[in-house]
Amino acid sequence: MKFWRAIAVAALIAAAPVVLAGEIPPEMRRSGYSFMGPETRAMQDDDASNPGMLFVLDGQALWTKKSGSADKACVDCHGDARSSMKGVAVRYPAFDKTQGRPVTLDQRINLCRADHQQAKPLAYESRDLLALSAFVAHQSRGVPIAAGDDPQLRPFVELGRDLFNQREGQLNLACTNCHDDNFDRRLAGAPVTQGQPTGYPLYRLEWQTLGSLERRLRSCMTGVRAQAYDYGAPELVALELYLMSRARGLPIETPAVRP
Amino acid sequence: MAALINVPTKAKRGEIIEIRTLTSHIMETGFRHAAAGDLVPRDIITSFTCRYNGSEVFRADLFPAIAANPYLSFFTVAKESGKFEFEWIGDNGYASTASASITVE
Repeated sequence: MKFWRAIAVAALIAAAPVVLAGEIPPEMRRSGYSFMGPETRAMQDDDASNPGMLFVLDGQALWTKKSGSADKACVDCHGDARSSMKGVAVRYPAFDKTQGRPVTLDQRINLCRADHQQAKPLAYESRDLLALSAFVAHQSRGVPIAAGDDPQLRPFVELGRDLFNQREGQLNLACTNCHDDNFDRRLAGAPVTQGQPTGYPLYRLEWQTLGSLERRLRSCMTGVRAQAYDYGAPELVALELYLMSRARGLPIETPAVRP
Repeated sequence: MAALINVPTKAKRGEIIEIRTLTSHIMETGFRHAAAGDLVPRDIITSFTCRYNGSEVFRADLFPAIAANPYLSFFTVAKESGKFEFEWIGDNGYASTASASITVE
């Protein structure tokens, strides 16, 4: 009798949707946009009401502003961002040969500032850095995410996946417990999303400002009462890289609006 | 500061048009404390005005409970071609302006 019950249980588990077993299949991947209410969607859809566009405008001004002792602006090397930066953000974090590790778009901007402009790095989450990365990522709006293809990135994607599946904090939860297993359900009234990073840096109404994916990840870690990694920590970059490769195929929405 | 203004570029005479404005501002309430315990001083926009060819058509007072990057939308009647001028005034001598033009047929 016990034997048959075990088989029945095994059959039930096998019949459950594959999403429970691991990664979300491409056709089931959904942007956080689809989990939002109609008012927040309308806010994102209209560039005249999307507060993230204010940062994109600031970024546009910074793009042509000379900075650092080399007295160069982004535009002096990269030209018109509308063509040169289209499709760039979709493959970040990308592998940097001199660093021997993946770098995020924010880190790339600061590397560019150090190497080519001889300027001081911009602080993480500072208005100027967010504005520049929002402006660059905005050029890729509508372009499908294609990060993590580089074979050199494989060990870092693996590290990110391990961190995504690793339980942590006093609540002892892993990212996967909510964002793979329980999306479309609710956590204290708020919808649990798939955690697809399609619109970063994005305007969060809760934050009242634009914020990076790292800020979002850190607040999730605080939420499960874990010690959050520092900005720019290799673990955060690896997580970011894994999330971007997990969102492959979804179009970029930068600057997105989220509740 | 950056501002996003949405005014229809063309309108019929007598038509009711919607004007939408969004501007950058932190709107710090003055009620919050920093990590060290000291009060973060208030820094908000206190007043907004819209002039249509020089005459005021809309004015609003803003208060600490209004969210960062205030978004205001209002209606007016398209009377003649010309210019809309917008002005935001706030704490610490903050002043910001923007303008948009309209053609009335």
